[in-house]
Amino acid sequence: MFVLVEMVDTVRIPPWQFERKLNDSIAEELNKKLANKVVYNVGLCICLFDITKLEDAYVFPGDGASHTKVHFRYVVFHPFLDEILIGKIKGCSPEGVHVSLGFFDDILIPPESLQQPAKFDEVEQVWVWEYETEEGAHDLYMDTGEEIRFRVVDESFVDTSPTGPSSADATTSSEELPKKEAPYTLVGSISEPGLGLLSWWTSN
Amino acid sequence: MQEHSPTRAPEKGERAARGSGSAKLPACSAAIPASTLARGAGTLARSAAAGTAVKCEVPGLLAAGVTRRDVMEVKDANSALLSNYEVFQLLTDLKEQRKESGKNKHSSGQQNLNTITYETLKYISKTPCRHQSPEIVREFLTAMKSHKLTKAEKLQLLNHRPVTAVEIQLMVEESEERLTEEQIEALLHTVTSILPAGPEAEQKKNTNSDVAMDEEDPA
Repeated sequence: MFVLVEMVDTVRIPPWQFERKLNDSIAEELNKKLANKVVYNVGLCICLFDITKLEDAYVFPGDGASHTKVHFRYVVFHPFLDEILIGKIKGCSPEGVHVSLGFFDDILIPPESLQQPAKFDEVEQVWVWEYETEEGAHDLYMDTGEEIRFRVVDESFVDTSPTGPSSADATTSSEELPKKEAPYTLVGSISEPGLGLLSWWTSN
Repeated sequence: MQEHSPTRAPEKGERAARGSGSAKLPACSAAIPASTLARGAGTLARSAAAGTAVKCEVPGLLAAGVTRRDVMEVKDANSALLSNYEVFQLLTDLKEQRKESGKNKHSSGQQNLNTITYETLKYISKTPCRHQSPEIVREFLTAMKSHKLTKAEKLQLLNHRPVTAVEIQLMVEESEERLTEEQIEALLHTVTSILPAGPEAEQKKNTNSDVAMDEEDPA
């Protein structure tokens, strides 16, 4: 689920923090910059693991702060392909089942990856697995708050850095705000035996 | 006297430095040694301990070799896999450290770090990982050597502690071809005996043993 990522960055320490230990200031700055943020094509950054190398610190003319090039390792949430994860169902919609891990919310299980046959109950707004046995069909509801085991089948990174003003005329009348896209989304699947709500597979 | 805008923050060190070079400012005012700004001796000692000297010179003298790349670089996006237990340990230690140092001055910019550590700790605490220890993990990995599993499969077994054969089939690729039924049983036995169970399973075990004791009493 978590990986270690080696990165290099230049950290700026303002003069009023010069009395603090350099390592502490740098750790704080790096965490301030990266914690709980998604880095494009890398993953969701959690916290600093360690600092591997500090290069010389420079003070440039016109700016009283010191600039240090830091080599460090960061703990990043980046599940590998086909990894099994356990999360909580956040809700259901016609697009599929939305799952959350608490610290990461943008996980979707599309309808085709649910245990088949599945149907969407419009009244209760939940997805239902119509489980067939010899006695008849059981309707297994995927309710909000239930723990669910799923496999990661795909991930997508969206570059959400701001773009310059577009020259198109359509954007002058902004009836709708630009859609907020999640920078990092996972697509899951529960179409195998053993996957789905934990309560479906526990043998008590 | 040449016009020199003091508040212009240099985008690229070389450009600004070249400007100041041509302004013929005396070297002492352009290049303020960082040592006079660092009031505590601790700062210098710290960076000396880190093995680098806090120098200060006017960059842009290309001999200094400073290429100001302001963009953060990712050197290796996959340098190592971490188990949930390692992340749990790291975050718990971080939380202890920050509690000790006092959080008054940290609150403003540290909100993101607080949020993510709280949520991640909350998530990991509900998994079986919270009762693990470095010795248990080492024991687990040595016991796993005989089963010939890939690193990713061993990591999943460590993080999830499967108790049924169905879960093993999910985590081990092509388990029907690679493992016989006895091997799967042996694997399950290794996993459940070495790795401690999660918090709810522990509770259930305790209530079961209590029930057993009550049954014995009337006899």
